[in-house]
Amino acid sequence: MDILIILIKIAVVLVAFLTTVAYVVLLERRLAAGIQNRIGPNRVGWQGVLQPLADVVKLVMKEDIVPVNANRFLHDFAPIISIIAALVTFAVIPFGNTIELFGQQIKLQIASVNIGVLFILAFASLGVYGVTLSGWSSNNKYSLLGGLRAAAQMISYELSMGLSIIGIIMIAGTLELDKIVAAQHGWMWNCILQPIGFITFVVAAFAETNRTPFDLPEAEQELVAGYHTEYTGLKFGLFYLAEYANMLTSSALITTLYLGGWQIPYAETFGIEPFWLSVFQVMAFCVKTILVVVFFIVIRWTIPRFRYDQLMKLGWKVMLPLSVLNILLTGLVLLFLN
Amino acid sequence: MKSNGQLKITHKKDLSFFEKLYITEIFKGIKLTLTQVFRPKFTRQYPEERWNPPASFRGRPVLVEQDGVERCVACGLCARVCPALAIEVQASETEYWKERYPVKFEINMLRCIFCGFCEEVCPEEAIVMSKEYELTFYSQEEAIFGKDKLLVPAEKLKDRLEFLRKYR
Repeated sequence: MDILIILIKIAVVLVAFLTTVAYVVLLERRLAAGIQNRIGPNRVGWQGVLQPLADVVKLVMKEDIVPVNANRFLHDFAPIISIIAALVTFAVIPFGNTIELFGQQIKLQIASVNIGVLFILAFASLGVYGVTLSGWSSNNKYSLLGGLRAAAQMISYELSMGLSIIGIIMIAGTLELDKIVAAQHGWMWNCILQPIGFITFVVAAFAETNRTPFDLPEAEQELVAGYHTEYTGLKFGLFYLAEYANMLTSSALITTLYLGGWQIPYAETFGIEPFWLSVFQVMAFCVKTILVVVFFIVIRWTIPRFRYDQLMKLGWKVMLPLSVLNILLTGLVLLFLN
Repeated sequence: MKSNGQLKITHKKDLSFFEKLYITEIFKGIKLTLTQVFRPKFTRQYPEERWNPPASFRGRPVLVEQDGVERCVACGLCARVCPALAIEVQASETEYWKERYPVKFEINMLRCIFCGFCEEVCPEEAIVMSKEYELTFYSQEEAIFGKDKLLVPAEKLKDRLEFLRKYR
């Protein structure tokens, strides 16, 4: 019975997640068009709602080309690593409190891992392998440069990401994500308690997902398309999907760690039925995540790309000291409060 | 910057503390980009909304038809001047007052470069550039326009004829 529940949870979350990713692509295209005073895709279906479907069909129909001197195995394997790393991270993110369905208490989280934060950090850094291997195996100078940049960038920003999470762990006293969310009841959201940590984490999340202003691995003006220059068809589609899945996962992670997860401030005191309260909490999680996604998209169309040395300077000389400072401040405050 | 022979030195203003923090500036930028979303769009929804070109527009060349007959007297100047050799004219005699008319007048629209030389050189104002810009064909044979496709009543070309009289 437990296994069945978990399988159903996986199926529901996976379908919902992939659908959302597809529509995040559409949202990005429409929003980008709006920012550039255009209309954007609005022909396929009502206001372009079937556009993601049409894109997928197009990508599937395309020819799969592998360059002559490419390493066939790694070339095929790299997009799979990317997409796995993007999807697996979502498994530990709690998207709601427990809900009572058919007399069963169901926890709205696929896997309640007791080292959830470490799990996320581990898989977030696994995603680099997909990018780096694709750059290496394509046997193309632009791809290689993209892969190298991705590796250097992710190593630099992984550090400040990990260090900024430590502040939260110190407050919550646990590595379990559902307990971290539970600790953010009321307005005790971590973004209010830890403004410095919040900023460093968000910046690191942008760098981890390769989004502008840190999209150096695919910088189209200099590197054609960066690490996925030599990819076509469905394998390119997987990279594309992985990029947006990463963005969505990062948004969910920011929501979980800093914006109170599924918490609605003081919702328990409104006197709503427990079942509907859980439903509203899941909706609150979705709304928060989508708002962060919109933030990601708007940032992309607002800020120009960093130069490579600026990126490294920001990572090592600003983000790292700031996140260490955050840990120190958190420790001092905790020491004086207790 | 140079003005009246003297070099004028302008100092760049130092960034203020909040500008150096970069975060407030990002939000200023976001405000700017987000306000663009609500501004009027520049896109033309093409097949539904079509562009109506001004009279000066050089679309596909057409033959002017007046009182049911073409003005053309088949002098062949247009064919002679055409840099792309797109026009073919065959003259013949007619009982009508103008005595000559083209038996065959063909423009190969795959060759035409829309330069408007034929219109300029025409002594009878018989060939003018129209406003039509949608020219697509399924085969090369279709692209050769004969008299059936080229003849257009003068009333429909009023804009262009007036423009030619005014500005030439």
